[in-house]
Amino acid sequence: MKSVMCRLAFAAIIALTAQAASAQTLKTVKERGTLICGVSQGLPGFSNPDDKGNWTGLDVDLCRAIAAAIFNDAKKVKFTPLSAKDRFTALQSGEIDVLSRNSTWTSSRDSSLGLNFAAVSYYDGQGFMVRKSLKLNSALELTGASVCTQTGTTTELNLADFFRAHKMKYEVIAFATADETVKAYDGGRCDVFTSDVSQLYAEKLKLTNANDHAILPEVISKEPLGPVVRHGDDQWFDIVKWTHYAMINAEELGVSTKTLDEALKSAKPDVKRLVGTEGNYGEQLGLTKDWVVRIIKQVGNYGETFDRNVGPGSRLGIARGLNNLWNNGGIQYAPPIR
Amino acid sequence: MTVEPLGRATRSRYAAVYDPKLRSIFYQSILLAILAWLAFEFALNAKANLQAQNIATGFGFFDNTAGFGVNQSLIAYQESDSYGRVFLVGLLNTLLVSALGIALATVIGFLVGIGRLSGNWLIARLAGGYVELIRNLPLLFQILFWYLAVLGALPPPRAAMSVFDEIFLSNRGIVVPRPLFAEGAGVVLAVLAAGIAATIALCFWARRRQEKTGRQFPVGRTAAGLILGLPLIALAATGFPIGFESPQLRGFNFVGGITMIPEFVALLIALSTYTAAFIAEIVRAGILAVPRGQSEAAYSLGLKPGRSMRLVVIPQAMRVIIPPLTSQFLNLTKNSSLAVGIGYPDLFAVFAGTTLNQTGQAIEILAITMAVYLFISLVTSLLMNWYNARLQLAER
Ligand SMILES: N[C@@H](CCC(=O)N[C@@H](CS)C(=O)NCC(=O)O)C(=O)O
Repeated sequence: MKSVMCRLAFAAIIALTAQAASAQTLKTVKERGTLICGVSQGLPGFSNPDDKGNWTGLDVDLCRAIAAAIFNDAKKVKFTPLSAKDRFTALQSGEIDVLSRNSTWTSSRDSSLGLNFAAVSYYDGQGFMVRKSLKLNSALELTGASVCTQTGTTTELNLADFFRAHKMKYEVIAFATADETVKAYDGGRCDVFTSDVSQLYAEKLKLTNANDHAILPEVISKEPLGPVVRHGDDQWFDIVKWTHYAMINAEELGVSTKTLDEALKSAKPDVKRLVGTEGNYGEQLGLTKDWVVRIIKQVGNYGETFDRNVGPGSRLGIARGLNNLWNNGGIQYAPPIR
Repeated sequence: MTVEPLGRATRSRYAAVYDPKLRSIFYQSILLAILAWLAFEFALNAKANLQAQNIATGFGFFDNTAGFGVNQSLIAYQESDSYGRVFLVGLLNTLLVSALGIALATVIGFLVGIGRLSGNWLIARLAGGYVELIRNLPLLFQILFWYLAVLGALPPPRAAMSVFDEIFLSNRGIVVPRPLFAEGAGVVLAVLAAGIAATIALCFWARRRQEKTGRQFPVGRTAAGLILGLPLIALAATGFPIGFESPQLRGFNFVGGITMIPEFVALLIALSTYTAAFIAEIVRAGILAVPRGQSEAAYSLGLKPGRSMRLVVIPQAMRVIIPPLTSQFLNLTKNSSLAVGIGYPDLFAVFAGTTLNQTGQAIEILAITMAVYLFISLVTSLLMNWYNARLQLAER
């Protein structure tokens, strides 16, 4: 019932606020003194409160980086947990400033929802998790299976596409939150749990016996996940986009929390432009000269946050794969700062 | 002579200003106009804002492909169908669980309500315990209890509990055989329908005859013959054209038969038992509202307790019961939207949930959803009011 009221309220706000999306977000955020960032309701590696209640994760770090660039204080972020179903409405209505919640960039979301995807912070794809005891080797053996998934996701649509394309029967049970979905799968309501592969690794940690479950080899879709902002505020769009690119460029140029002091003394032109010892690239964005220094000092570069949140340094232990830098075998690539 | 009509006219015009009836009509039309104008402004403003924010508007989305699957549908549905079809699927699922819920809740509610007044200590205590336990626990909790703790605890399909190897209970739901109709089955069904119609007519006729002459007619036995006997004869005569397709375990799940998914069963049980607790209290209050003298009079006429309850007390209690009962029916229908909590694909979940998320058209979809719930509620009220009015006529 709470979500009914929330959605009604969101709808009313959308209907009544005049020109909510005009170029005001940076000003609003500065006046408020905090950034409001929409995240998941708890997805280890991406956005998850730790045992002390601090939000951690790759998606969370992007918001912290934006706050660091604006306020020189990565802590000035308020996180709003949102279900997959409610996330876009919350952004449309102005409830949050930026949505950083493992959201897939698709053409319809980009065009008809009044939103813009700013960048791809994680290249993902959809997969299937099953019990090892079923002794399955391929998703093509899933004819007749019951599948648990979350509503309001691309996952739900890809699932339907996959089974339709292979003319296989299936039963889908779609829940409103990840917790309900995981609980239902864990309790045996479904044979299969499907979501983005990174999320399979994350949700697997919540199962009673994580070792009894395996992820099938097929990846059935492209899921470019990234931060989303409202349509119509180009300055804010640029800030979010370039915060991500700054973190990629920093990694590419070898600028990290550890090497930041040397970088500030560096004579290399591209490093000088990045850390603001040359040019006024931060100011052009509406930020300060040292915006990247703030981001790196308080959050780190892309490689660092990847490693500590989802990579080998984390419980998920996901390989960099596609998310490696372009010159390292992956496709993470940022336009230059100049 | 010419002055008089003029004078009358002024007086009547003068009077119109002070006529309370005309004045209230005037003020109410002004209020209505303001409301209409506000609604119009709201719609206009919303449209302008949505366009400024580049959010899709209008009702064109109804024709677009939905693309997602739904695990229970009363009409044929596949992923390539439109959002309009999804709307119908969701609406029918809401109506299904509400209608069955109302029927079950009423039956349980009446039994428990009457039971609570029973002279039998055990029955009265059990009924009282039921009411106090059920109506004091949150409904969502009860839905989750039935879903996770009861139905979720059933064995997996491979180890399903079975009744005569025909009905299977597992954590995938309840599967029952599906009737298969071969050629000639139409005849049997037609005979069955005729038998039912004849029974209804017979009931009316027997009642009328009893009122007139006091003679009773053995309706029960005749009805059994009409409803069971005749179709059986027809069945034999046409060579048993109705068969059953038994569910079979194949691969992950049962194939064939009719499956009631656990989401549906859990929601139906929770909604009907919960609402029944309230209905029981309404029934108890209604019965207590009938003066004791009525049942005493019935006893002294020689009616046994069961009959006096059925023929004398309940008909009078109904007048007290119907209005609050209507509220409970409306509550049940609206509470069915708690289905989202367990993934039952009702209107709220598939339309105001998934479709809204997929299309982003919050305003249109929420407006339609509200209108639908309002419409269902109004129709329910209307029917109940009509029934209530009919009962009131019985007063002498
Ligand atoms: N990337 C997909 C799926 C996103 C998604 O919400 N996935 C679920 C899969 S479990 C999730 O992360 N849930 C976490 C939560 O609701 O807190 C999309 O954008 O539609």
